[in-house]
Amino acid sequence: MLRLEDLGKRYKTGDQALTGINLEVPKGQVMALIGPSGAGKSTLIRCVNRLVEPTAGRAWLDDLELTALGSGALRRARRSMGMIFQEYALVERLSVMENVLSGRLGYVGFWRSFARKFPQSDIDQAFRLLERVGLDHMVDKRADELSGGQRQRVGIARALIQNPEVLLVDEPTASLDPKTSRQIMRLICELCKESNLAAVINIHDVLLAQMFAERIVGLQLGEIVYDGPPNGLTPEVLTQIYGEEDWAATIEAVDDDDNNVEESASGR
Amino acid sequence: MAVVERGSTKIWHRRERGKQFAIWAVWLLSTAIFVYCWHLISGKTVWFFVMDAPAQAIDLAARMTPPKWSYMNSLWRPIWDTINIATLGTVIALIIAVPVAFCAALNTTPSVLFVRPVALFIIVSSRSINSLIWALMLVAIVGPGIFAGVIAIGLRSIGFCAKLLYEAIEEIDETQVEAIVATGASGPQKLIYGIVPQVMAAFAGISVFRWDINIRESTVLGLVGAGGIGLQLDASISTLAWTQVSLILLAILATVIVSEWVSAKVRHAII
Repeated sequence: MLRLEDLGKRYKTGDQALTGINLEVPKGQVMALIGPSGAGKSTLIRCVNRLVEPTAGRAWLDDLELTALGSGALRRARRSMGMIFQEYALVERLSVMENVLSGRLGYVGFWRSFARKFPQSDIDQAFRLLERVGLDHMVDKRADELSGGQRQRVGIARALIQNPEVLLVDEPTASLDPKTSRQIMRLICELCKESNLAAVINIHDVLLAQMFAERIVGLQLGEIVYDGPPNGLTPEVLTQIYGEEDWAATIEAVDDDDNNVEESASGR
Repeated sequence: MAVVERGSTKIWHRRERGKQFAIWAVWLLSTAIFVYCWHLISGKTVWFFVMDAPAQAIDLAARMTPPKWSYMNSLWRPIWDTINIATLGTVIALIIAVPVAFCAALNTTPSVLFVRPVALFIIVSSRSINSLIWALMLVAIVGPGIFAGVIAIGLRSIGFCAKLLYEAIEEIDETQVEAIVATGASGPQKLIYGIVPQVMAAFAGISVFRWDINIRESTVLGLVGAGGIGLQLDASISTLAWTQVSLILLAILATVIVSEWVSAKVRHAII
């Protein structure tokens, strides 16, 4: 379980990115974090694995206080937090297999990783995951040869091979077309269910968030302004998160989309 | 950008009026300086020598032809030396340049305040001295021969390679590094998985490029006694053996063409 207690972040420039974030994400829950650009979504998930150092409050993963860890302990703790990125953040010049195996770096010593001598169990798992995300025929391709959707699948496999307890997902679909976006979101949600993972998914596409997440947290100017089920996103709530706009169409579109998805799913 | 409102129409000019005049003034001034310098140079030229030049050139060309082909037998060894000086010098330079580059790059340096200035100083001092000057000093220190040449080429190339490499390191995509750090990788692992793959192509390109330059530079090192084909060139010029000089120049040309071809091939294979 991931627990944030009064978490805050003020950048050196003086920008207050987050204030008083209190949040609990239980095991197996897929939570979407929505909000306008600059609301602090990326900062929030980066404060969890401390790619960004929070300046106030505490973060806990089960009984481990993440915000109190020294650098060695933090590295060990990061192994149980898988991260998926907006622009995939694969190492472009490495092969698909190397990219997936890089998820095991926290478990493998320097020389073994340098010589690419990963334990057979890791390699087995890498093959299993690549098969699961549908890329078992791409093992030897270089990452920069893949399409956007394929790259994000590699990114997912890299996060999962860490055997994480939490997935931190930063705008996974921002650079993908609508169909691929849905496939990727569906894949992430399925995998979370399979392994009973908690997931925090930053996403600015309200429709996708409503379709796939079981809980939605709305962030505005670094503060939580909504925390509840997807169908609680009324025009009033969306106005509170994003500002004044005609939200009726958005909410209707979600209902239509849901139906379409079900149809296409049953058609297959 | 300047917008002037005249009635209801907005008129757009690329620059403000004052700025435009300043630019014209700078052009005028530089043209005036150029014309003045031209005048100065032509005033100090001994036109007799200039008039004489075509005749002299034809005379020299006549004395250089035909190249003394039989002399080639004693050139193979110096050419081989030249190539070795360039190659060994490049290898030595790369071995030193890699750590210097990582210390100089802002995103990988261990300390911006202490280590980085030292690394930058190494780069600047190596680059500011021509390899011929390095060779001149090294011949005095380690004595004439190939060894002085290798070290001269190496010292000169450190700065070049380190500078280009550290610029490549600073231009890497940080999100890829972030992703590696997020897996719980250690510092050295971050380096070999996040950074090295991103600069590998640049590194290979820089090495071959520098090797190619060094082949050309090492052909003249012999002029100051640091080994290679330049020794023969120097000897031939001072004995006025012009048919040998022309053969040496042809040999250098051929070597450079071959090295250009090799480096083009290698670079193509990497990218």
